[in-house]
Amino acid sequence: MMGLASISSVTAVLIILGFVLIIVLNVNSLAFGAKETFDEVVVYLLDDTDEKQIEEMGKAFKKIDGVMEVSFQTKDYALEQLKKDLGDEAYILEDLKRNPLPNTYIIQLEDVSKSEYVEEKIQSFEGVEGIRYYDEAVDKLIKIADFIKKIGGWIILILLLISVFIISNTIKVTVLNRHKEIELMQYVGATNGYVRGPFMIEGIMLGFIGSLIAILIISFSYNYILNYLSDRYMMMMVGMSGYIVGIDMILKDLIIIFLTMGIGIGVLGSLISLKKFLSV
Amino acid sequence: MIEFCNVSKVYKKEFTAVKDINLKIQDGEFLFIVGKSGAGKSTLIKLLLREINPSDGVITYSGQNITKIKKRNVAKYRRKMGFVFQDYRLLPKLTVYENVAFAMEMICCDSKTIRREVPLVLSMVGLSDKAKYYPDELSGGEQQRVAIARAVINKPEAIIADEPTGNLDAETSKEIIKILTEINKRGTTVIMATHDMNIVNSCQKRIVELKRGVIIRDIKTRGCIDESKEN
Repeated sequence: MMGLASISSVTAVLIILGFVLIIVLNVNSLAFGAKETFDEVVVYLLDDTDEKQIEEMGKAFKKIDGVMEVSFQTKDYALEQLKKDLGDEAYILEDLKRNPLPNTYIIQLEDVSKSEYVEEKIQSFEGVEGIRYYDEAVDKLIKIADFIKKIGGWIILILLLISVFIISNTIKVTVLNRHKEIELMQYVGATNGYVRGPFMIEGIMLGFIGSLIAILIISFSYNYILNYLSDRYMMMMVGMSGYIVGIDMILKDLIIIFLTMGIGIGVLGSLISLKKFLSV
Repeated sequence: MIEFCNVSKVYKKEFTAVKDINLKIQDGEFLFIVGKSGAGKSTLIKLLLREINPSDGVITYSGQNITKIKKRNVAKYRRKMGFVFQDYRLLPKLTVYENVAFAMEMICCDSKTIRREVPLVLSMVGLSDKAKYYPDELSGGEQQRVAIARAVINKPEAIIADEPTGNLDAETSKEIIKILTEINKRGTTVIMATHDMNIVNSCQKRIVELKRGVIIRDIKTRGCIDESKEN
């Protein structure tokens, strides 16, 4: 009965850990994908900036730390693009007396996290009218991932403590049942290691079985959820499929993490419960 | 040789269990530790087993200061001794044979040696025919004989017996003492704590008497204490 409680507690902790890991991995993967899409800063230039000045600005932008590539887009090109984008509606632009669009620099960043720094630097240039970048959306995703990591971390920590406690109690029951035998073992000169051995093995087995069950549950249920979502929300999933972390990609790591943690919980639980009883 | 040098043990709340104990026990000696309940007999035995450490003083066993033995080495130290308890402490789910073999298994003896030694020791305590019995099928005296067999199976240098006759009638007690005397004759030191003066007086062995944690008498040989004068 107590053994069942121990195994379930290890399984529960690891399942929650597994899902937190999967969510974090997925949100990270999404954020990473978003970074790739949003890692550009668009700089609008003032109309009265002359060519020489524009050229110099381009060179200076390249020198800013975190800038990977700089490309220039003339206002005429921008207008052409807009016309193309508007298609049949392009007639609305015909009455324009002058091109209202600015010359722009499109700056590719090495890393989206540098966008703020780059923005600050660019802002100080003369001739810059405005800057647009997608930092916020990415920032939100990263914040969500961090939040899940933090909350998940705390939940896992608390559950870990609980399962160590449950396992140590399970072992304690066995130890109490056999405490006369343990005492006798110590009187006849059995070493502590010899006395601990069977109980440690019991703890390890409880942790091991718990983690095996957790691995099975996680891999089946995650696969099921992915299939369900892709059936139900096919269109949405098509767009995101590149960023979804499949179970096959993480199964090996999951097995290693789960077995290590499961067995670790078992060993720790046994050690705690035995410490008190090896005092004769 | 076992030697207690100015040994004191103070438990919590300033309760002094034994005080300034000076005692030398030679190899091969048979020694009774006597005294009423609370006199400090059990504390003395616990100190010798290295179950507790003295608050003051030094205990040496063959020249080794046992108070300095590290926890992980206590097991090895205890292998030099065999223990017999008042309540026998046999494992109820094991047969007589298995209870004796248990002590050998715990120090990792090979099964061949176990098969050879256990019947010899059982025959020494007169229980060859009860090897397959379980403890609850035996009388108190028989159970204590199994416990003695278990204590001597690993050929210890000393046997420490804490009230081994405490739960037995006079006749059975005599049998136990006879076995312990036999073991002693083979060269094993025997230290026995008891409050049964009849046994002590009938044995004519060295007697160390404790009262309120202090040795009040150490009668080296052919000792005899007149109980009537005690009260």
